[in-house]
Amino acid sequence: MFSYILKRALQAVPVFFGTTLLIYFMVFAMPGDPIVALFGDKGVNEAVAEQLRARYHLDQPFIMQYLIYIGGIFQGDFGTSFSGQPVGAILAQTFPVTLRLATIAVFFEMVVGIGIGLVAGLRKGKLFDSSTLVVSLLLISVPIFVIGFVLQFLFAIKLGWARATVSGDATFSELILPGIVLATIGIAYIIRLTRSSVIETTGQDFVRTAYSKGLSSGRVVRFHVLRNSLIPVVTYLSIDFGILLVGATVTEGIFNVPGVGRTLYQAIIRGEGPTVVSFVTVMVLIYLVVNLLTDLLYAALDPRIRYGK
Amino acid sequence: MRINKLGLAVIAVAATVALSLTGCAASDGGNDNIVSVNGSEPQNPLISTNTNEVGGGLILDSIYAGLVYYDEAGTPVNDMAESITSADNITWDIKIKSGWKFTNGEDVTADSYVNAWQYGAKLSNAQLNSYYFDAIEGFSYDTDTELTGLSVVSPTEFTVKLSSAQSDFPLRLGYSGFYPLPQAFFDDPTGFGEHPIGNGPYKLESDSAWKHNVDITLVKNPEYNGGRKALNGGLNIVFYATLDAAYADLLSDNLDVMAGIPDAALTTFEGDLGDRAVMQGAAVFQSFTIPQRLAHFGANEEGNLRRQAIAMSIDRVQIIDKIFNGTKQPASDFTSPVIAGWSDTLAGADVLTYNPTKAKELWAAADAISPWSGSFQIAYNADGGHQGWVDAVTNSIKNTLGIDSTGAAYATFAEFRTAITDQSIATAFRTGWQADYPALANFLTPLYQSGAGANDGQYSNDQVDALFTQGNSAATLDEANKFYQSAQEILLKELPAIPMWYGVTNGGYGTKVSGVKFGWNSVPLLHSIIKQ
Repeated sequence: MFSYILKRALQAVPVFFGTTLLIYFMVFAMPGDPIVALFGDKGVNEAVAEQLRARYHLDQPFIMQYLIYIGGIFQGDFGTSFSGQPVGAILAQTFPVTLRLATIAVFFEMVVGIGIGLVAGLRKGKLFDSSTLVVSLLLISVPIFVIGFVLQFLFAIKLGWARATVSGDATFSELILPGIVLATIGIAYIIRLTRSSVIETTGQDFVRTAYSKGLSSGRVVRFHVLRNSLIPVVTYLSIDFGILLVGATVTEGIFNVPGVGRTLYQAIIRGEGPTVVSFVTVMVLIYLVVNLLTDLLYAALDPRIRYGK
Repeated sequence: MRINKLGLAVIAVAATVALSLTGCAASDGGNDNIVSVNGSEPQNPLISTNTNEVGGGLILDSIYAGLVYYDEAGTPVNDMAESITSADNITWDIKIKSGWKFTNGEDVTADSYVNAWQYGAKLSNAQLNSYYFDAIEGFSYDTDTELTGLSVVSPTEFTVKLSSAQSDFPLRLGYSGFYPLPQAFFDDPTGFGEHPIGNGPYKLESDSAWKHNVDITLVKNPEYNGGRKALNGGLNIVFYATLDAAYADLLSDNLDVMAGIPDAALTTFEGDLGDRAVMQGAAVFQSFTIPQRLAHFGANEEGNLRRQAIAMSIDRVQIIDKIFNGTKQPASDFTSPVIAGWSDTLAGADVLTYNPTKAKELWAAADAISPWSGSFQIAYNADGGHQGWVDAVTNSIKNTLGIDSTGAAYATFAEFRTAITDQSIATAFRTGWQADYPALANFLTPLYQSGAGANDGQYSNDQVDALFTQGNSAATLDEANKFYQSAQEILLKELPAIPMWYGVTNGGYGTKVSGVKFGWNSVPLLHSIIKQ
């Protein structure tokens, strides 16, 4: 078990260098000079621009820029944004917010998605089942920004039940509405995944055996059907958690959530190399960790899966 | 049994994650008299000589008092200045009021101004606003120099010697680049940019008032004694990623004052807000530039004919109506209607009126000199919402002149500006200007004077330059404006940029505030807003 975790952690090292190098190169290769953009429409003062390029090491060749950046990281320095703020501080400020948002979204996906999916699967072909299929198809086909704007308009502007946007503190209660928006598509997929998985499991021999042992149907569903149906759902949920952590740009924009997606988007537009690379690197690392946790969770769910000795 | 253990584990993990994430609790106190207004995260540290964009500008204008400020109409009113006088428009004598203090207790003296300007102009300090001091004697773009034109007479008086006559010099002094800076800045410029200390109507609420990417909270500075005394308790400037998010907050009364309206709401905002909707002229001029180095568009007869034909082939009124829902105003010169000296009766201004017959004639006349071939393209940055009008304009040109015409997109503003600045761009491109200070000269000299900083089309005409110089040294503003208008009449013939339209200030405010007025520069006059 531990040797397995260690092996996976070691694999993260080349991934870390590979991604930083790749992302740094992509930012470097982005057309346009961010320093020129700093001057806006007002015309560039070349001498001042030279000074600024030197300050942000933009006058150095690519590999030097990258080495300076990596060297800084090992001293705990992630570089500075154009507004003079250390990138490390921006990371520390935005990641918890997005993590909270993703947690809320995954919570809703889990409770609503698995709940409805289970009921639909057990009552295959009935009215409830077919209507959830239609609703989930609808949710999957509507783009997330439409859902976002509609829910924002309905619950915040018309009914006044929630704040239209999230305040600087981004508390749990403020994040519920954006969390639901973020969860909608995931919920739809999980309903469908749980449903088909439950239907498949219900037909298995061990379920029939459990029934013939005389177990109550509640016990059978909870201990035999549900548990064995969860493996694909857990896989999806954890991958989705990783995606939510890195890709909530649209929802964060609609609800003005001061999280990772919004900040990263702004940094890309402004061409702030260190900010972009640091954000993406942390995202990749989080994704690796979430993946490892998922694999470990399999073992807990399915006794047939064992890692290492 | 097993399932319970697993369930417990999942709940435990979820709970630990949740608990570790809820670091901070909500702390919205009862500050009812704080007016909230939309803004954007400053792109640079909050230093007056290094802030050239609206996000930081809004904050600096609130926490600093300069020599003058602009009232609603754009007229300069003395703030800290007692008097600004000159006999020859070259040497200016500036007397300031005594007894003013920065919020850290330091006195604001003539030195506070002179030192700030010296710092801002010095090349090695790499300040984005350094060009602002280029009229002052001793300024250099190439080496570190002293501004020898600045000299302190007494703690309340200093003189400024310019390198040439500038009649509108006092008009410029309300721009944020000319604010004073306390000694605390020079002791620690980096820390100061994070925690600026000013002398204006507001000050930062606390050391942690600026929450990056979130908001900044300012409170009334009771010691401020100028003409912009705050009628509210303070400001909460909220940084929004999109105007749409800000607008949702405005509609749900979460935001008190909003500058700008998102495109999606342009047709509905007047209905949504009723008499709380704001729409008025703005000091914004929009155009596109056809550089004279392009084939067929040289500084000659053919080039002029072609530029005039293109200017006449665009149906501005219809495009404004269809694309912008009437929220622009067709251009009739190179400046803005909110600026004194603007005119819609300049000789030759009819070139900006849609006239397909005349346009075809002019284009044919140009073809007689040298036949046209190829496609006429207008470049724009795709991240700025320009595609709609560029497509409409090129369609209008295509339909009128019967030539191939399309838009050419650059992905980002940075890429777009780089291609313009290094002159690698081989098409026409969109241009625009938002005034730094309310004067005709500001719309003209930085853009069309030979070799000027924002002269993106590398336009040069001795006659125009001479008129600019005469305007700069005229005794009164009215007299100066006559020269600038004559210069524009030449520009209307040669069209170094094709004027399109003037921007309009859109905005609105919530039900909890009153006294909301927007200034000449489209920014709400925050100090005069009253919150119930």
